Amino acid sequence: MKFGVVVFPGSNCDHDCYYVIDKLLGQPVDYVWHGSTDVAGYDCLVLPGGFAYGDYLRTGAVARFSPVMKAVEKFAAAGGFVIGICNGFQILLEAGLLPGAMMRNTGLKFICRFVNVRVETASTPWTSGAKVGQVLKIPIAHNEGNYQVPHRVLVEAKGQGQVVLRYCSPEGSVLPEFNPNGATENIAGVCNPEGNVLGLMPHPERASEAELGSTDGLVIWRSLLDRCGVEVAS
Amino acid sequence: MARARVYVTLKEGILDPQGKTVLRALKSLGYDEVENLRIGKYMELALDGEDGEKLEARLLEMCEKLLANPIIENYRVEVET
Repeated sequence: MKFGVVVFPGSNCDHDCYYVIDKLLGQPVDYVWHGSTDVAGYDCLVLPGGFAYGDYLRTGAVARFSPVMKAVEKFAAAGGFVIGICNGFQILLEAGLLPGAMMRNTGLKFICRFVNVRVETASTPWTSGAKVGQVLKIPIAHNEGNYQVPHRVLVEAKGQGQVVLRYCSPEGSVLPEFNPNGATENIAGVCNPEGNVLGLMPHPERASEAELGSTDGLVIWRSLLDRCGVEVAS
Repeated sequence: MARARVYVTLKEGILDPQGKTVLRALKSLGYDEVENLRIGKYMELALDGEDGEKLEARLLEMCEKLLANPIIENYRVEVET
């Protein structure tokens, strides 16, 4: 399964994603410069975390007009797998590939710590190896993770099983006190109706090796590989 | 040469954490008359053109595409030719 990690000016989790895909999952992977308009040959595109274009104007607002994004849109529309992590999620929202918008954290602070997120659906390619209600311990690192979505859109998204992850207690209770950033209904990750595009604030690439404190991020990577029939040595 | 001003404000119902903090700070300074405060963005643009209506139409397009996010923000433009 061939991966492409898109590099925007200001991306800073691109190398982490590359490392996980290459060294831990053993899959072929390339960097794809944001000026590229060709994503042929890839099975999954990763929009990594960082501060593309300095987060000027709004997070992701300028990056979504990078030349590569037209190709990403076409790729996604054709069923290609796209995962946007943190800043990548923000870019997918601005591009309209996922519903909603990102606001500044209610506490006005950049938050960098482990959180617990509850898997809300196992029907997506990204969570097919998890159980509904399973709690994943994965770190967040953001200033704009306060997910906002018009009520009508949220109702529709929920009806289509698009809410993938919610911030929760270590035991899996989705309660306001476990919401780090003010996100609507504790939402930490959403997908498109077809499920091939996922956006999430937690960084699975930072929780893929025991040395880093958790390997729960592997659930997401391995679910995808499993769904695509790729075997990975554990 | 025309000049334009763009005001981007948060939609009603969208929580403004920054505005809330500044509101609390004003109250702590004794400005109790302040009941609400919302923070937005103000942009100044220099435009090449004389046709105010055409420039305004283009500006609204810029707002819709890039300068504002219509999911969370409203916008208003003023053009001076």
